[in-house]
Order: sequence, then C-alpha cells, then structure tokens
Amino acid sequence: MPERKIRVMVAKPGLDGHDRGARILARCFRDAGFEVIYTGCHQTPEQVAAAAIQEDVDLVGLSCLSGAHRVLFPRVVELLREKNASDIAVIGGGIIPEQDFQMLYDAGIQAIFTPGASLDSIVEWIRTHVRTGN
Amino acid sequence: MSGPETDGRGKHHDMTETTQKICAGDVRSASRLIRDLEDKRPEARRRLRQLFFHTGRSFIIGITGSPGAGKSTLTDALISELRKQQKTVGVLAVDPSSPFSGGALLGDRVRMLRHAEDTGVFIRSLATRGALGGLARAAGDAIHVMEAMGKDVILVETVGIGQQELDIIHHAHSIIVVLVPGMGDEIQTMKAGVMEIADVFVINKADRPGAKQLRTELASLLNASPHGPQDWIPPIVSIGNLYEPENFAKKTAELMDAVAKHHAHLITSGQLGERTERKAVMEITDALRACILEPVLERLIADGELTKIAKRIQRRETDPFTEAETIARRFLKTGETP
Repeated sequence: MPERKIRVMVAKPGLDGHDRGARILARCFRDAGFEVIYTGCHQTPEQVAAAAIQEDVDLVGLSCLSGAHRVLFPRVVELLREKNASDIAVIGGGIIPEQDFQMLYDAGIQAIFTPGASLDSIVEWIRTHVRTGN
Repeated sequence: MSGPETDGRGKHHDMTETTQKICAGDVRSASRLIRDLEDKRPEARRRLRQLFFHTGRSFIIGITGSPGAGKSTLTDALISELRKQQKTVGVLAVDPSSPFSGGALLGDRVRMLRHAEDTGVFIRSLATRGALGGLARAAGDAIHVMEAMGKDVILVETVGIGQQELDIIHHAHSIIVVLVPGMGDEIQTMKAGVMEIADVFVINKADRPGAKQLRTELASLLNASPHGPQDWIPPIVSIGNLYEPENFAKKTAELMDAVAKHHAHLITSGQLGERTERKAVMEITDALRACILEPVLERLIADGELTKIAKRIQRRETDPFTEAETIARRFLKTGETP
C-alpha cells in the first residue's frame, strides 16, 4: 500500500503578526515532503481547530511570539478534544519561557520548539510522532 | 456490513457507518475519506462507490486563471454571496505539489479565514500530486464526497494555470476565468485553450492600468465569435480594488449573479445534460484507467518486468506497441487479474 502523505497545518493564533518563523517552517515542511496548510496570522483558536479538522491534518504547529501561548495553545487542544479530534497532534513554538513548558505539556501540547531548535529536529520529531499507519 | 444488494437501478444499499455520516454532512468523516482517496487507500474506493448514488445534485463552479490573479480572494467573496442566499458551500482549493520533494504549500485558505467557523462551509485544500491539468488527481473524488455531503454549491479553485491546464472543464458546470491586466496583447485573447472555456470572465484588479483595454479587446473577441441568438455569450465582470469594500462587494455580487444566470441558461438550453454527459465519459475513462492500466503497471513495476521491457526497447530489440499488445493480451484475454 502506498505510504500516507503527512499533512500538517502551520498557524499563528492570536494578535501576533510576526510570521517569518512560521513561513520558514512551512517552507521547510514542504521541502521535507509534507503537505502544509498555511493559514497565516491573527486566527482565533476556534478557526485553527475548525481548519485542522476540515483539512484532516496529522499535526498542528502553533507559533506565538506575543506571550499569549499559555491561553491560546491549550485552547486549541481543548477544542480539538471537544470535536473528537484529539488524534491531531499539537506542537508549539515561538518565544516561550522554559517555566511555561510543563504547563503546556500538561495541557496536551506534545512538543515545544524555541529559538535555536534546528529545522531538521522539528521535521524528525513530526516524522517520528505522527500517525501515518492508519 | 452486508454484501451489496441492488434495487434494480444499480443502487447499492451497503452503506457503512462512515458513508452514512458523510451523507449526514459530517466533516471529520468526509475529510478523512478525501484523504484516503488521495492516499489511494483500498477501502476508500469502495466507500466512494456507495456515495456515488448520492452525488450529482450540487452546482459546481470552477474558478481558474493565472497564479496571483485573485482566484482565492474571489472564491472567498463568492462564499459570502452564497451564504447570504442560505446555500451550503464546499470549496476545493488546489495548489501545486513540488516535483522535487513531493511536498506542497497549500495557502489558499489564508484568503478564506473568515469562513473557517461557519458550519455551512467546508473548505478543503488539495495538492496536485503530479497531476498536470490544473487540478489534483483526487479532485473528482473530492467533489463527489462534497456532493454526497449535500453541499448546494461546490467551488473548485484550480492551481494558477497557463494556457491549457483545463481539466476543470470535466468537473464544473460553470467556469469563471479570472484575467488580470498587463498579461499581453490582444493576440493572447484570441488563442485557443483557457480563453475558450470561460462561461464568465472576470477582469480582476480592474483598477490597474490596462484593464479598460483588456475589456475592450475581450468584448470585441466575444462579439466576433460566431454565435446564434440563443447562444450564451460569456459576460465580463470587472472587479476593482479589494480595499474599497463597498464597490468590491457590489462587483462580486454581480459576478455571482452572472454565474447564476449561466446556470439557468444551462438548464433551459439543455446544455447541462451535455456537460454532465461529458463528465460521465471522463468518469468511466478515469475508472478504466484505475481498474485496468494502473494495476497492470503496478504489477509490472513490482515484478521488475517493466524495467526489463524498457531495456529491450532501449536496445531496439522490440518496440513499445508490440510489448503493450502482448501485455494487453496476457491480462485481458486470459481473464487473469493483474
């Protein structure tokens, strides 16, 4: 059987217009052979969750540089759970202080990548962790 | 699940839970099935067979034009117009796959964010995955899934096209061709291909220099085309700056109106039947390819036979037609399943 194509979504929730990092990641995922749905800036968690379900992605990568990650990231996970879509993995990145990591992990964010993380390490994490068999 | 039963009209009654959910409009199941079809999962084809009898009732609008012409922005505006009319909408937005990595950046949704939470709108991005006709390989299947969901209207946005990636004509009832000023002289408008398939023309970014000239040239071309009194002449809608919202909304309403008029014309003129027949011919052709050619090719590739034959052709020990005929005889006449 042909292998499943990995589909990911890159989104920036909240009032943060700094999308250079998100764009670089989207492009890097494309070059890694993933299908990337790029939805841009200024989205509500509700929009992110709805789009993730409509697109049937394996994973949502959230980027936040504004400091609102403690509210926005968990909310996306919660909405996906409400819609029976908890199989969609959520990872986060951006300017996130280390003391917030545990809180985000507890809320269901599966991985956090901050400045300095290599693109390869993020691609590798996705390849290892997303469901591709079913 | 029980085996297939027919009621004499060829309709299968073996609806699974998944297909029932899709017919009830469930986005999760529909989106997963579209993905299974894209990924060529074997069970997906069976599900689509069941759904087929629930398709054929939606109005399908194609939106095509060159990269950056404004197709996604117009799609977004058309969604709004259709929602004002209480119509449910499916959107398929196609973007290209990389010929190198096989990956894709699907960015059409960026223009349609405001509809993300509207449960009457289902937007799905598709990557071409090597298809060259301006659509994704699974576009026809995805349209069927959205039809089965009961969407009133399905908008299919092609990749940014050149002059002849025209697969959309096999799928849509009405086709909008989006042009922008500054893309060439009047000879370009006379050429075959994309200029011939429009049911409605949009001159987008019409606030830019050259828009009036383009409109004049296009109108003169359309007037010069031979047509009878009953024939449809594609209307031209000029749409200006998106950042003048009032005017933009007025113009996109005009576009929706032109498309609706074309739909009505298809019905009264009987052309709708011609188009759905053309679509059915394409569907059986595609199905034959999937059922006959693809399994044969897959088997020949898996056996390594294809490479061996290719080497013999390369050395001119045989020719491709003789080989193809031998293979056809082997698989078709012996009744051996590939």
